[in-house]
Parts: sequence; structure tokens; C-alpha cells
Amino acid sequence: MEVTTPWTAQRLRAAVDEFLAAHDPRSMPAAAFLGARYDAGLAWVHFPPGRGGLGASRDLQPAVDAGFEAAGAPQHNHTLHTIGLGMGAPTVLTFGTDAQRDRWLRPLWTGEEVWCQLFSEPGAGSDLAALSTRAVYDQDTGEWVVNGQKVWTSIAHEADWAMLVTRTDPDVPKHRGLTYFVCDMHAPGVEVRPLRQATGEAEFNEVFLTDVRIPDAHRLGAVGEGWQVATGTLMNERVAIGALPIPREGGVIGALMDLWRQRPELRTPGLHDAVLRAWVDAEALRLTAERLRQQLVAGQPGPEGSAAKLLFGTVNQHLTGLALELLGQEGLGYDDWTFRRPDLHSEGAAEHRPFGFHYLRARGNSIEGGTTEVQRNIIAERVLGLPPEIRTDKNVPWKDLPR
Amino acid sequence: MSALLYSEVEEDLRASVRALLAAHCAPEALLGRVEQPDLHDAKVWHGLGSELGVAGLAVPEHLGGAGAGWRETAVVLEELGRSLAPVPYLGSSVIATAVLLAAGETQLLPEVAAGRRIAALALPFATWPDAPLPDRLSIDGGTLTGRVQGVADARHADLLLVYAGGALHAVEAARVLRTPVTSLDLTRPLCDLDFAGTPYTTLAFGPDAERAVRAGLTAGAALLPSEMLGVAEWCLTAIVGYAKERYQFGRQIGSFQAVKHRLADLWIGVTQARAVARNAASALADGSPGVAAETALAKAFVSGVVVRTAEESLHLHGAIGFTWEHPMHLFLKRAKSTSLALGTADRHRAALAGLVNLPA
Repeated sequence: MEVTTPWTAQRLRAAVDEFLAAHDPRSMPAAAFLGARYDAGLAWVHFPPGRGGLGASRDLQPAVDAGFEAAGAPQHNHTLHTIGLGMGAPTVLTFGTDAQRDRWLRPLWTGEEVWCQLFSEPGAGSDLAALSTRAVYDQDTGEWVVNGQKVWTSIAHEADWAMLVTRTDPDVPKHRGLTYFVCDMHAPGVEVRPLRQATGEAEFNEVFLTDVRIPDAHRLGAVGEGWQVATGTLMNERVAIGALPIPREGGVIGALMDLWRQRPELRTPGLHDAVLRAWVDAEALRLTAERLRQQLVAGQPGPEGSAAKLLFGTVNQHLTGLALELLGQEGLGYDDWTFRRPDLHSEGAAEHRPFGFHYLRARGNSIEGGTTEVQRNIIAERVLGLPPEIRTDKNVPWKDLPR
Repeated sequence: MSALLYSEVEEDLRASVRALLAAHCAPEALLGRVEQPDLHDAKVWHGLGSELGVAGLAVPEHLGGAGAGWRETAVVLEELGRSLAPVPYLGSSVIATAVLLAAGETQLLPEVAAGRRIAALALPFATWPDAPLPDRLSIDGGTLTGRVQGVADARHADLLLVYAGGALHAVEAARVLRTPVTSLDLTRPLCDLDFAGTPYTTLAFGPDAERAVRAGLTAGAALLPSEMLGVAEWCLTAIVGYAKERYQFGRQIGSFQAVKHRLADLWIGVTQARAVARNAASALADGSPGVAAETALAKAFVSGVVVRTAEESLHLHGAIGFTWEHPMHLFLKRAKSTSLALGTADRHRAALAGLVNLPA
């Protein structure tokens, strides 16, 4: 009988070192290096062997990531792949068939295929389960025919695949009539239009689905159980915490503090106090995220991620607004209102934009990925165990809901 | 990067202290005693010193301490904050102990570390680490004369550490007239100290003396946020519990978003305070060169959290929270007092301006 020793952080670090000795992290092309990492089970270690993992505890992942990051190994382009890696992969693993896992997981990991998320709709934002994009089964072809409109879709114009939630039964209460698919973004009838935002650029999209045909083999989970799958996806929407410590004054706060130090003529007593308060708030957020990171590395994940996400939006909004106050006359300008796509392929491209851009972009922080109000509900109900809001929409057929 | 988590040893320590406090000093029982003169919980103090041996956690073993450190000391403070136990731990086991350690004192320290003698630094409780040190006492013929007002943890002290004439002195507390001050914080009452021809023994001179005093104030300001964290945790736990059991309009008040969102915000504040307080305790424990900045950061940030959490907790308790019979007000009084003690948030932000190069 084979005895398996449980994976420990120490054994995993040794496995990473061994892998790095055999695969030069500096010279191998990114996709080939990441593919080899997948095949060695060092992609997401809690996935099963053969699917990029080792069946180790999920809590050991940060130790592996830290090893690769420290070696300067090829990393994913986070702008393009965070949705696929963070949400697509665990959803496919949890709810997919073996054939679906074989098809999608490896190219998702290597970065060869980009994923996006077709969830939100013009009429279904915070109330996602109210969505109305229809999928109807075609008996003759064994395909689903999808019609509807999705919105606020990051990177849809770059994506190969989408996680798509549709309504397949309007006659039952809203949570029970949903079905989840993986949609080919290159299929006929998928139209991606840029959605211009307050910043002037189009970071997001609206996606129109017109008679899009999806094979039944691309359905994730049972018909009518799309809500459970979607919830599984959203459970994985966590704050991205890097594997290495965040330095003091990293990011926007650093730019603001540099401005304060380099431009004494901009200083006033009131702004001095505001800058000191902002420094304290940014540090408190950084240490909160750092403590969360240490928990993850130590294998003690906690609910602190919800705090970090909400705080990031609040602090970022405040800091960027304060920077404009400090700039005064210069804050009245802007660099470029041209309607265009942001550069998704070079990370940090937005760092060259002025504070005005960051001020405007930060307004989205309290809306995207769950509004601050939804986040507060989650903290209150899941962390503090407070009773849920009394609901009037749970037992009414979807088609009869007021809208 | 400093370690921000709690070790297993620290969690065991917490459990022991919590059990001791639960047995002797529940907040509801404390409420019945707060108006007694000379409030002091001798049982808890004896338990901390003799039974658990935590009065000298940060003192090396060869000086009679436990040879642990300030991180562990901070965990004890968290629990004391959660219970408001009226014991002079902050004054004796933190501030005075840090003064004695920094002064290289070895005779008195073992007694203080064992909890057999209580020591207090004779400075007003609001004094911040880089404050000008007042020279209120005159020295004449080997004795001290004068008055120091608003000193914490001095009423039951055996030993007072006094900064006068540019030197640090030890004074037998029994030789000093101690007058209780009616204090905002009922569970850590202050007192005034009157010296009148009081004899002393000098422990340190000149810059060494000032350095020792500032080490005590820094240790106090670095670890007080841990006590504040405990206070805030009690306030949050109390109001979350109440929001689940209190019904109005036919439903638990915690089901209203107007209430639950405020509670979520309090939880976020407490979560941050924990990281920030741990960071300061670690910096102090490690003897980090950045201890002054980490301390100022912690005191500036956690002062706001503890006051907000206590005020909101009282408010969300509704009418019952405003009554004397509910222990809530004891926590509010402790919260607000700690925010003033050892330097307000504003004093610490002003210190940060110099420490992290953000000049006016």
C-alpha cells in the first residue's frame, strides 16, 4: 500500500527549488515555463495531480508563489488573467466534468487563453440573481441559444472564453431558474462593444449576445443550478494579496507623499494634517493586508480579506482626491480624454496617468466586485453572523418580479 | 517585516489570563465596585504576578522576569482591556518596567517583575513620548518637594519613579501624599502626588535618565494600542450580540442595514487596529530602530478606532447602553481616556511628521 506524506511548506519549497533547477526561470518563454509548472503540479497546489496541483492544502500556495516570485520566474499578466485564474479555474475544477477540466484548465493557467465574466446586466447589478439573459435549449441540435446583454465586463475584447450565467426557467423563483455556461467569445452572435467610463477610456465593455449557440457540453453544473455555480465563482473573488510583503508607501500613497516632500510651495496647515492622516490610514490598510498575507502564508486564512477589499476602495478614493486638493491649479488639468482602450499588456501602464485620472478611476473601487454596501452585508452576515435582511423576492417566480 | 500574528504560546498565555479575569473580574461584577474608594483588584494582581508570572514578561530571567518579551506583554494588555480589570499592569509591568530596564536598574526590578512591588512613573498620564519633561519638583538637601498631578497606576504603587533635576530617582510611595482624582476612567483612576521633603535614591543621571523615562513612555504608547484593541473587541462583541437578541419592529435590529453596516465598519476598524497594534508591539519587542514611528502610527490610528467603536457600541445599544447599570459606559470611559493618555492621536501624527519626513 502506498503511503502518501502530506505536503508541507518545507517540502513544497524544496519542490519549487528542484523545479527551478531544471527550468531556467530567466530564459524559458513564459507560456512554456508556466506549462511546465502546471505539469509539475506547482500551478495551484491544492488542485489534484494532473490538473496543475498536488492535492496539497490551499494554504500552502503562498509559499510556492513566493518561491517563484523570488526567483524572478515568469508571472501572469494580472490585468489579463486575474479573472480566469482567480475565478474561472476554481469554477471549472469544482463544477466541470473531466472533459471540461482537460479542455480548459491548462491553457487558462499558461495564459494562452483569456477568460472573462459575463455576469452583470443593465438590470442586474448587486441583485445578480435577477438577470434576464435567456438561454433556450434547441432539441434538434442539442445546443443552447442565448440572447441578452451583459455589462461592466472587463477584458471581454481580449477574452477567448467567458463564464456566463443565463436564465433558463423564468417560471420559478429567480435563484432556481439559472444555468451556467462557458461561452466561446469568438462564437457568432457575440458582440463586444467598449463601454466608455468617467475616465474617458473604455476599460470595460458591454457584450450583446444574439442567438449565440452554446453546445450542451459547455454547460457547467446542472440545468437550473446556475446560482450555485455562480456563487462558487464569486466565493473565489477575493482580494488579490501578493506573495511578498508590500513596502511602506507603495502605490498611490507613495506618489502623494513624494508630491508633499518635493513641492513645499503647495503646503498648507490643513493639508499637512490631511496628509498625515492619509499616511496613517494607508499604513493601517497596508498592515491589515500584510497581516492577511502572513495568515495565508502560515495556513490560517481568515475573513480579513473582506476588510482589505473595502478599505482599499475607501483609502484609494480619499488619497486620490487629496492629491488633487494638494495640486490646486494643476489639479484642474487632465492629460487626455480620448476614447480609447487602456493598455492591458504592459502592467503599470496607468502609473503614468495624472492624479486626475486616478481620482476618477478610484470612483469605481466602491462599485466593482461588489459595492461597499454588498461588502458590508457580507461582513455583517458571514463574519459577524447577523441575521439577513428580510426578503420579498425569494419565493416569487422571476417573471412576476417588479422591474 | 514584523510578525503580526499571534504565536501558539501567545494564544496559550491569552487563555490563561482570560480564565483568571473571567473568574475574578467580569464587567458586570466590576460595575458594582467602581465607586468604592481605592479601587484595586488585589486578587487579579496576585494572580497575574504569582500564579501566572506575567508581571515581568518582558524582564530577562536573570532579573527575575519571565524572559519573554513585549509582544507577549501586549497580549496580556489586550485581555486586560477586554475586562477593564483595575490592576496597575500598564503602569508597573509596562511603563515603570521599561524605565527600570532602560536605566540598567537591577535591585528593584526583580521585585517589580515578580509583582511583589508595584512601580509607577510619576508623570501626568497624558505625557507623550517626545513631550518636554516637566521639572515640577525641587530638590533640596537630598529630598524632593512639589506636586505631580494626574498620575496613573500610582495609588497602590510601592515605588515611584521620579524625574527631577535632570535625573531619575526612586521614591518609596508611602512617603508621598497620594490624593485620588475623580477620573473620567472609573477603572483606572488617577491620583495627585505631593512630595514634601521626601527622600529618594537616584537611579540614573543626565541623558541616561531622560532616555530611561522616554523608553518608559514609548513602551507605554507602543503597547497601549493593544489594550485599546481589547477594549474595542469587547465593545464590538457586546453590540453584535445585542443586535442579534434585541427585537424591534418584529425583527432583530441586526437585520437592518442601517445597523449592520455600522457594525461591519466597526469590525473593519478593529481588524485594522489588530494589525497596527501587533506591528507596534513587534517593533518594541524587536528593538526596531523604527519603534518611534510604529508607536506613533499605532497610537494615532487605534485611538480613533477604540473611541469610535465604544461610542457606536453605546449608541447602537440604544437606551440601555446609556444607563449606569450596563457596563458599556465603563468601556467608553476607558476608551476615551486611553485616547488622551500617553499622547493624543494628533500629538502622535505631529511626531510622525518628523519621523517619516512629512514636514509642515
